Amino acid sequence: MHWYVVWNNMEYFLLGRFPNGPLGGLALSIVLAIGGIFFAVWIGLLFGLMRLSRRWYVRIPSIIYIEIIRGTPLLLLIFWFYFLSPILLGRPMPEARSTLAAFSVFTGAYVAEIVRAGIQSIPKGQMEAARTSGLTYMQGMISVVLPQALRNMIPSFVNQFVSLTKDTSLAFIIGVQELTRVATQVNNRTMNAPAEIFFTIAVIYFIICFGLTQTSRYLEKKLSYKTSGKIRHEKIELLEDDYSITT
Amino acid sequence: MHYEFNWMVVLTGEYRDWIIQGLIITLKISAISIVLSLLLGTLVTTLRMTKIKVLEWITLSYIEFFRNTPLLVQIFFWYFGSYVIFPDAVNQWLYDHDYEFAIGVVSLTIYTAAFIAEEIRSGIISIPKEQMESSRATGLSFIQAMSYVVLPQAFRIVIPTLISQFLNLIKNSSLVMTIGVMDLTYMTRQIESYSFRGFEAFTVATLLYIAISLIVSFAITMYNKKFLSLIKY
Repeated sequence: MHWYVVWNNMEYFLLGRFPNGPLGGLALSIVLAIGGIFFAVWIGLLFGLMRLSRRWYVRIPSIIYIEIIRGTPLLLLIFWFYFLSPILLGRPMPEARSTLAAFSVFTGAYVAEIVRAGIQSIPKGQMEAARTSGLTYMQGMISVVLPQALRNMIPSFVNQFVSLTKDTSLAFIIGVQELTRVATQVNNRTMNAPAEIFFTIAVIYFIICFGLTQTSRYLEKKLSYKTSGKIRHEKIELLEDDYSITT
Repeated sequence: MHYEFNWMVVLTGEYRDWIIQGLIITLKISAISIVLSLLLGTLVTTLRMTKIKVLEWITLSYIEFFRNTPLLVQIFFWYFGSYVIFPDAVNQWLYDHDYEFAIGVVSLTIYTAAFIAEEIRSGIISIPKEQMESSRATGLSFIQAMSYVVLPQAFRIVIPTLISQFLNLIKNSSLVMTIGVMDLTYMTRQIESYSFRGFEAFTVATLLYIAISLIVSFAITMYNKKFLSLIKY
């Protein structure tokens, strides 16, 4: 066993060539994951709401987007963005940016499904009551239904973030210097410790993802207890708070 | 945008054959991995349900570790590290046969089985405890009760989620191109670098993947409509 190879390159794994060059390694993976989930939440919110629309010309594009993306492997999507941006934009896009776009679009479709399920899980009476009290559909959605639905969605968002963190490893394929790429570089250079290197990388990913998974389980327990009806008045209070903030 | 489409390049001749070969490899590696991961997942769940502390601990750490690490890293781990992990005889056998394909199957199976084990467990939990207790009371052993009474009922409930796991597996199988298995994505990539017809090649591959997943998700919907409505408790 050659564990010293791992120790000697630990800084490279974590930061890449950062102080002297571009950010890489684990830090870049995290940046890609956080950036990806940030854009994906907005894309998902938009398409999730569109998916629930009564108008077919709003609903159908959203269904097409969700079904196409969910049926395509992420790897292929990364290639799409990487090889087609020169054709569509007229100039090549930097690798990291084109994978970020691919991650956002890919995760956005999954977030859209989470948003849809979250909104559908809210009793219809909420929207009806909001409409009766004089709010428009949009107002009712933004100040009554979404605040409750988003709360229930938080665990699923965290789960989606976990799988996005794992998926950032695919940026490897077009040469983004993230953790997996850095690991293969070290492996190609040293040649004598592949099992040790990839085991270490797996453990690094595991620490992050497992921590997040546990957080999501904890949140799930905590949030489901609060909305289970035992503390009704607190829920209503919370609603009023949200209402006052958004109006 | 100055790009002239030439679909004939991809739909005829050598490149079309490459795509068909790639599709066959993708379906083959997926089918083998689906069967193996279903077996491994069931085995792991059964071991976890035995209430023996050591087994429970081992299976739980297997499930958590492999669910929370990227498949790509796992593929590299098995591919580059197999000579350390497996005994020499196994390695020799792998080298003599299609090494990349075998490693692809191994990593896809072990990764997916961890997810499937969790799905099956949630199915087993949803079966009332009395089923197990009464079958033990009638004299069946744990294994017999599992395989004749509990698992058949559990499987019926989890089939839709299992199918979506299989769907994920088919999409995940595109990752084995990184170690040189000539699957659909690999062939598409190769056509791109040979002919610069990336747009056409990626379109065809994407449509094939979407067709597979639409067929499978249609099957799930039909199953939900036809069968699940018939089950009454």
